[in-house]
Amino acid sequence: MSDKLIEEIIRRYDGDSGMLIPMMQDLQADKGYLPPERLRTLAKELCVPLARIYHVATFYASFRLAPRGQHDVTLCMGTVCYLKGAGKISEAICEEYGIEPGGTTADRLFTLQAVNCVGACALAPVMIVDGKYYDGVTSESALKIISGLSTEAPTAEAEAGG
Amino acid sequence: MKVEGRIASKAEFERLQKDLGKKADTAAKVVRVCIGTGCAAKGSRRLYELFCEAAKKSGTGVTVEAKPVGCHGFCERGPIVVVQPGNIIYQGVEEPDVGEIFRETVVGGRVVERLLYEDPESGKKAETEDEIPFYNAQKRIVLAENGRIDPTSISDYIAAGGYSALAKVLSGMSPEEVIEEVEISGLRGRGGGGFPTARKWRSCREAEGPERYVICNGDEGDPGAFMDRSIMEGNPHSVLEGMIIGAYAIGASKGYIYVRNEYPLAVEHLKNAIVQAREAGFLGEEILGTSFCFDIRINRGGGAFVCGESTALIASLEGRAGEPRAKYVHTVERGLNDMPTNLNNVETWANVPAIINRGGKWFSSIGTEGSKGTKVFSLVGKVVNTGLVEVPMGMTLRQIVEKIGGGVKDGKKFKAVQTGGPSGGCIPSDQLDARVDFDELTKLGSMMGSGGMIVMDEDTCMVNVAHYFLNFLKEESCGKCTPCREGIAQMLAILDRISKGEGKEGDIEMLESLAHLLSETALCALGKTAANPVLSTIRYFKDEYEAHISEHRCPAKVCRDLFIYEIDPEVCTGCGICKKNCPEEAITGERREPHVIDQNKCTKCGTCFDKCPFTAIMKV
Repeated sequence: MSDKLIEEIIRRYDGDSGMLIPMMQDLQADKGYLPPERLRTLAKELCVPLARIYHVATFYASFRLAPRGQHDVTLCMGTVCYLKGAGKISEAICEEYGIEPGGTTADRLFTLQAVNCVGACALAPVMIVDGKYYDGVTSESALKIISGLSTEAPTAEAEAGG
Repeated sequence: MKVEGRIASKAEFERLQKDLGKKADTAAKVVRVCIGTGCAAKGSRRLYELFCEAAKKSGTGVTVEAKPVGCHGFCERGPIVVVQPGNIIYQGVEEPDVGEIFRETVVGGRVVERLLYEDPESGKKAETEDEIPFYNAQKRIVLAENGRIDPTSISDYIAAGGYSALAKVLSGMSPEEVIEEVEISGLRGRGGGGFPTARKWRSCREAEGPERYVICNGDEGDPGAFMDRSIMEGNPHSVLEGMIIGAYAIGASKGYIYVRNEYPLAVEHLKNAIVQAREAGFLGEEILGTSFCFDIRINRGGGAFVCGESTALIASLEGRAGEPRAKYVHTVERGLNDMPTNLNNVETWANVPAIINRGGKWFSSIGTEGSKGTKVFSLVGKVVNTGLVEVPMGMTLRQIVEKIGGGVKDGKKFKAVQTGGPSGGCIPSDQLDARVDFDELTKLGSMMGSGGMIVMDEDTCMVNVAHYFLNFLKEESCGKCTPCREGIAQMLAILDRISKGEGKEGDIEMLESLAHLLSETALCALGKTAANPVLSTIRYFKDEYEAHISEHRCPAKVCRDLFIYEIDPEVCTGCGICKKNCPEEAITGERREPHVIDQNKCTKCGTCFDKCPFTAIMKV
């Protein structure tokens, strides 16, 4: 089976299986997640057991085995953000959208990721939406920011608005 | 004037440096806009663009340059803009201010008073960094050029004296002499352990192997720490220069920088710096016309805290899950790909050029008996001046928290300062005169760590803090060794029940015994130190644990099961704001009459507490 993307990624690192993690990062950057059939191809091409690839994929928090939502919502759970109420913000988002940290909403509007620390402690609590940093967020402002996210699907928008 | 092509000798380098320096002197007016993560989040990139436009349009006849620079450290007051000449520092600058700054200060040479820092006590305005207590108590070596140079420009770095340490080393020092200089400096690893850097270099140099590697650990995983991020973002060439010098001393041909996935700007700036260094001939074959060859590549982390541990980081670089291994074989002998490998932290590498330039003796004149030089801390939490600070070793915690940090926020009472991240501990107020020193902090049951310093006030529950760190470590434990995987889970279960008011007699002793077991039997340093947050909070705040266990009371009113919200009928004006905002509809009451919370419906989300404009909501 020929897979141009995988071939290109492997070539980028001269087929060095020690560069497995950067290869998987590139795959994820391209596809948004790690599609299982691509991982199988990668394993075969590199002569690396598929189990090892899954070990890596499930070990590191940044790898995803399921498609992401249209938007990325990252909530910092570092010590300072936590002391300033990030736990409550996370709860509020999860309750509002019926998801768990790391999960994606049913309508694929967004994926909520709780990370350890983004190193922007002066801005605590910090929320990052699609790469844009929001400082000093509260449960209320976080929900407001998220409700402003749009998708093409009008039903999702209506739900987010409510 | 730019750096063009590879520099083939020391003489050529010195000529270039001189020319670049001259050019820097003649650029009459410079506006420096901080584009570090903190200021950028508050819109500083747009400010930079606006200043660029203004500079282009201005017909003043003088050259005006707008320059993006790395973190100034005073993140609390961002976005920060500095105007030269005069080094006028403006804080909290917004888009509409750009025109005024340009017109008044850049063109007119007048100061815009309202954007200056104002001392909260004396009300005095400060025009330059030197007049602000946050800055003038610091001593900057590693951060010296942060906020001054454009991190994306190698010319800027060279003009500021960059790469002259490398030129000095390659033109007249033997590898052994380099190691000796670092030995004289007394530099110890800034990543947490504090191992003498020169000893590590020498062991690696002397180890047998066909190839040697150097690694820069930029996997700054401690929550609440961003020193390394700011160095990598603000002065990436200083890290590269340190690594190249180290590689020369050790005899390494390849280098790796392992950067956290959460630091996109650091990756961007480092990548750019590597390309520039290669073009200029500081990396690659025949560096500066000598026979020395060395190159560096960047690997991004995958988001695993344990990868800050050297053997786990190496496993990750080899394309495997980041699980540590036992260290009876040292990584300096057999590390990456089983070759001798020297791993140092970002800040350690960034100290090297200054040591070579100014001498190990100069470096060792700063600091204490056992800890030399300076240390960068990220001073965060419930403190007035949040930000990045670099202080000489030996400064007391009190000076850092009170003088530089400006004390505790909102007039609250200081409770503890947490150092060393999840491997560190909480230091109480009566130990605040302890000095910043590897050994002294360890004696107090904490550690230097990589430099996170989190200030906690009276509203912080120490049991909750211990619970937070332990929960963090449980999530991040790689699971390879049983003491860490199971021990932390068991300790967390005990802390869980203590914070629910279900603690039992003997729980504290059980926690201590598990903690000691963990520190003696865990495989890696992260496991061995995992219990420090618990042990240090028990050591200094045992009364809080006891209040939770025997009185079912959380003194700081943080543990949700141990307090309720009530409305003070004397204070309540019946404005209805709490009622409107309560997500559970647990609050009832007529307008202009005191309201009441239905305890059966209340989920203790705290919304009413935060919203009440009259502070009528009490935690009891």
